[in-house]
Amino acid sequence: MGETVVELRDVSKVYPPTTRGGSPVVAIDSVDLEVEAGDVYGIIGYSGAGKSTLVRLINALERSTAGSIVVHGQEIAGLPERNLRSMRLGIGMIFQQFNLLNSRTVAGNIAYPLEVAGRSKEERRERVEELLQFVGLADKAKAYPDQLSGGQKQRVGIARALATSPDILLADEATSALDPETTHEVLALLQRVNREFGVTIIVITHEMDVIQTIATKVAVMDRGRVIERGDVFDVFSNPQTAAAARFVGTVVKGVPNEHELAVLRERHPGRIVTLSFRDTEVDQAAVFAEFTREGVGFQVIYGGINEIQGRPFGHLTLALTADATSVDAALARVRTLTTVTEAR
Amino acid sequence: MDALIGLQSQFWTATVETLYIVALALVFGGLGGLLVGLGLYLSRPGHILENRPVFLVLNVLVNFVRPIPFIIFIAAAQPLARIVVGTGIGNPAAIFAISVAASFGIGRIVEQNLMTVTPGVIEAARSVGAGPWRIIVTVLLPEALGPLILGYTFVFVALVDMATVAGYIGGGGLGNFALVYGYRQFNPVVTWAAVLLIIVLVQLVQFLGNWLARKAFRR
Ligand SMILES: Nc1ncnc2c1ncn2[C@@H]1O[C@H](COP(=O)(O)OP(=O)(O)OP(=O)(O)O)[C@@H](O)[C@H]1O
Ligand SMILES: [Mg+2]
Repeated sequence: MGETVVELRDVSKVYPPTTRGGSPVVAIDSVDLEVEAGDVYGIIGYSGAGKSTLVRLINALERSTAGSIVVHGQEIAGLPERNLRSMRLGIGMIFQQFNLLNSRTVAGNIAYPLEVAGRSKEERRERVEELLQFVGLADKAKAYPDQLSGGQKQRVGIARALATSPDILLADEATSALDPETTHEVLALLQRVNREFGVTIIVITHEMDVIQTIATKVAVMDRGRVIERGDVFDVFSNPQTAAAARFVGTVVKGVPNEHELAVLRERHPGRIVTLSFRDTEVDQAAVFAEFTREGVGFQVIYGGINEIQGRPFGHLTLALTADATSVDAALARVRTLTTVTEAR
Repeated sequence: MDALIGLQSQFWTATVETLYIVALALVFGGLGGLLVGLGLYLSRPGHILENRPVFLVLNVLVNFVRPIPFIIFIAAAQPLARIVVGTGIGNPAAIFAISVAASFGIGRIVEQNLMTVTPGVIEAARSVGAGPWRIIVTVLLPEALGPLILGYTFVFVALVDMATVAGYIGGGGLGNFALVYGYRQFNPVVTWAAVLLIIVLVQLVQFLGNWLARKAFRR
């Protein structure tokens, strides 16, 4: 843990204009990123934000136009294509559309990277066997991809990506083509890959619950830039940017949206505040004691508690009833204990 | 009918000649077409051996040769045939002309068949460190095998068609046979016999092609 396995410094990727006379497309704009061994690093952003381009820079499927990309201590920006091949054996990749070879059986697909790596037939057979067991498809070795369900195909994709025992796995929207149930199975499998083999995983998604389920760190991308990053718990419980807050809002329950707030305000004419509780660092009883001490009446009108990586955080929205001075006094003291946002 | 029985030995000789011309043209033109098709596909902007000049030259060449009517092409190719196969007439010259014309026609078909391979699987192969040559042999061709077989089956029919023109520069085959003994001697039965045989031939090959393609598709 702690050792940096992927490091991007001031990396940009500019595509030439797609139409004659058009302007170049800046897909990645001066991005810094540091991924440590054992991380499950989530990258989230809206369509076109540059997520796919960013991960494809890491295994050099796409070449950067500026900046430095160091993988396993080796600078790969500017390396010629043929020198990249051995580096790629150390990075597995899985795809939204699975990208399995239809002309090969499941076993043949998993063996493919081993053939490329020049492993002996015996070695390949053993490793394929092992991986089929690991992903739970031992009975499908001789099946062809078009005979499998989406979830099974992705498990083959994962087995193939792990064949050469890489210590980095890139997952580009690996669950976006799957239903929620299957998504969970695949995410659970990825989590096992991370925990049992110590594989560092970089997952791209536009679904926040994927991040919530398996990521330890997250970077939020917007128009080619990383606009926010950090531990998943910190970003979820206390997003700093509007874009991050919007993503967080899709999974985190407990904060009323504008519409809900309008309805609440109609019903509760007094002042409305939202208190955020992170972890166990805030003593809720102490917070409520402050209101009582100032004689401020309060009523919980909205709220919810979430849990990320076993750490709880939550939001409670209160309608306050008292004169302005008491409310101000109470809020001033509460602000020393936790984060307060007042609805306006 | 009597005329046909009398011409039996010429008829079978012509059949064998047609098969011979088509088979060799299929080998040379088929290989040439595979190379042209791969060249077009690989050099196309955004593809694994992207090379704009190569792509443009190949593309223009294909577009230039393909629309030339074959009966004109075979005559126009005579000087070149003399250089390459040593003669401008007869079966060798015909096979040469057919192979060249077919290379460009087949090239386009091969290119289109290769386009059916999803770019994603090529990307997956690249992501595990496969180089261009390995991708061609282990991904591109196997993944496009079904359509390629159907494409080549279609090509066979076109080659039989082209081979009938061989007589024009002194080659043999069923086309020449129908022309010399059927058309010119006002003997439609002879012409029809040649037509019938060609139909049977084409059908047989079509069945074979479909069967092989089904095996490749596993459906
Ligand atoms: N080959 C290319 N040529 C030109 N522009 C490209 C190319 N590939 C991607 N882009 C542009 O780069 C930007 C980022 O694309 P990218 O595919 O990385 O986005 P993304 O975040 O993965 O989106 P999505 O969620 O839709 O997959 C987009 O504006 C896209 O149009
Ligand atoms: Mg993408």
